[in-house]
Amino acid sequence: MTTDTATETERVGAPAALAVRLERVAMSFASAAGPHTALEGLDLDVPAGSLTVVIGPNGCGKSTLLRVIAGLLIPTSGEVALGEAPDARAPRAGDGRVGLAFQQPRLVPWLSTLDNVALPMSLAGAPLPERRERARVALERVGLAEAASSRPAHLSGGMAQRAALARALAGDPPILLLDEPFSALDALTREGFDAELEALWMSRRRTVVMVTHSVGEAVRMADRIAVMTTRPGSVARVIPVDLPRPRPTALAGDPAAAAIDAEVRAALAEVQTPELTPWLDR
Amino acid sequence: MRRLATTLLSLAAFLVAWKLLTVVTGTPDYILPAPEVVAERALRAIGSGLLWEHTAVTISEILLGLAVGATSAVAVGTALGKSVVIERVLSPYIVAAQSVPILALAPLLDIWFGGGLLARVLICALIVFFPIAIATMVGIRAADPLLREMFRSLGATPGQITARLEIPSALPVLFGGLRVGVTLAVIGAVVAEWAGASSGLGVLINIADQGLFDTPLMFVALATLAVIGIGLHGLVVSIERRVVATS
Repeated sequence: MTTDTATETERVGAPAALAVRLERVAMSFASAAGPHTALEGLDLDVPAGSLTVVIGPNGCGKSTLLRVIAGLLIPTSGEVALGEAPDARAPRAGDGRVGLAFQQPRLVPWLSTLDNVALPMSLAGAPLPERRERARVALERVGLAEAASSRPAHLSGGMAQRAALARALAGDPPILLLDEPFSALDALTREGFDAELEALWMSRRRTVVMVTHSVGEAVRMADRIAVMTTRPGSVARVIPVDLPRPRPTALAGDPAAAAIDAEVRAALAEVQTPELTPWLDR
Repeated sequence: MRRLATTLLSLAAFLVAWKLLTVVTGTPDYILPAPEVVAERALRAIGSGLLWEHTAVTISEILLGLAVGATSAVAVGTALGKSVVIERVLSPYIVAAQSVPILALAPLLDIWFGGGLLARVLICALIVFFPIAIATMVGIRAADPLLREMFRSLGATPGQITARLEIPSALPVLFGGLRVGVTLAVIGAVVAEWAGASSGLGVLINIADQGLFDTPLMFVALATLAVIGIGLHGLVVSIERRVVATS
């Protein structure tokens, strides 16, 4: 990935980053077995330009939380606002303020990599030369310029994830949501991706909310770690991570990092139901 | 090249087997004419313009029927695929229309629509409609739900989701329905002609059978129908190769 900001096309007037604020958010779904509550009483403040990692047990509603922030789900109750007080507005899917990268790449199989990355602009009706150019810039940013004309079937898993990340970055959204985007990759590749993502974030300073299962990845990446409770999910604690950046891939030897790591694990152990504790993420 | 050779070889084997059958059984020409008798009759029918006169009518019925039937089938199939309510309301009628034999419906449609080209095109369209509508519905529903959510996250409108995701996803299945549809269109055209027409290959078969006792001419008409069916099917397959590979 290139971190050279000179190559990037800045949108005039577009906010560099937006804050995310959730207040008393609840989200229930109707199901055959009666209503099912995924989130309840969830408060979360994500400062503009921060890199916040959300961590929690399986099925605690982390993905639901991202979908609420992205405007894909309208919360049953509570407030969601993107932006600062006077201009804060509820999210709406596709309004250009949020880029969402899913756990799976979700590329359209019959479009070239370039057209996949250009899809958000294409759906918004941007003229062809502009969206091609912006897609090309986004592909370069994730180091995938050579694969522009390849179809997704010809990309490796890592390349497909890069393309999906490029698609989320292409519109240069003020808020970037990442739903375990690298979890399907092997550990080494994932560490490489984390380093690239950190470099990208340091050069752009957009608001990033990233979901992960891994305590190590959370400590490695986050400004702040939000620990979620089991279902119905809410934020139990927010743990600040004040470590200098760029951070090394392995933080194991760092006593400050080890302390934060232990704190996160303790917080997770508290929210975990007892019978699940033996399988707690190590 | 090798594919063409295989096809020609199988055609030659078929003709030889046919000829042998007529020689061994000694069947007279008015029951099973030998291939060269049929070929000679075909040349005469082509030379006199008789064959083309009827073939042109049947081909235009087939093409118009396909155009009407396939277009409405894709539209209705899309609506069926997108809405369970629409499916619940419409599907009994669609299934009923398909279950009643076209042979029994054709005379009725012929009366309703004035017995002209319109009636025959509609009969042809009706038989084409079902497989293509069902294939479209199944294809639309087969669109990947993960991609659907991805499109929604990008703010795609329902119309954009249909045009950019669901119809492209449906294409492989839709072409399966189209392949069945084109061969049914040939049947539909002949049935429509039998219900009331003065020209067309179906009419030619009737004339050859009942008026002229010209069995070789019947064979010529049947072979022409088969060639039309094979040609249309081949056309769909070649379009499918182009569209589905690049889509």
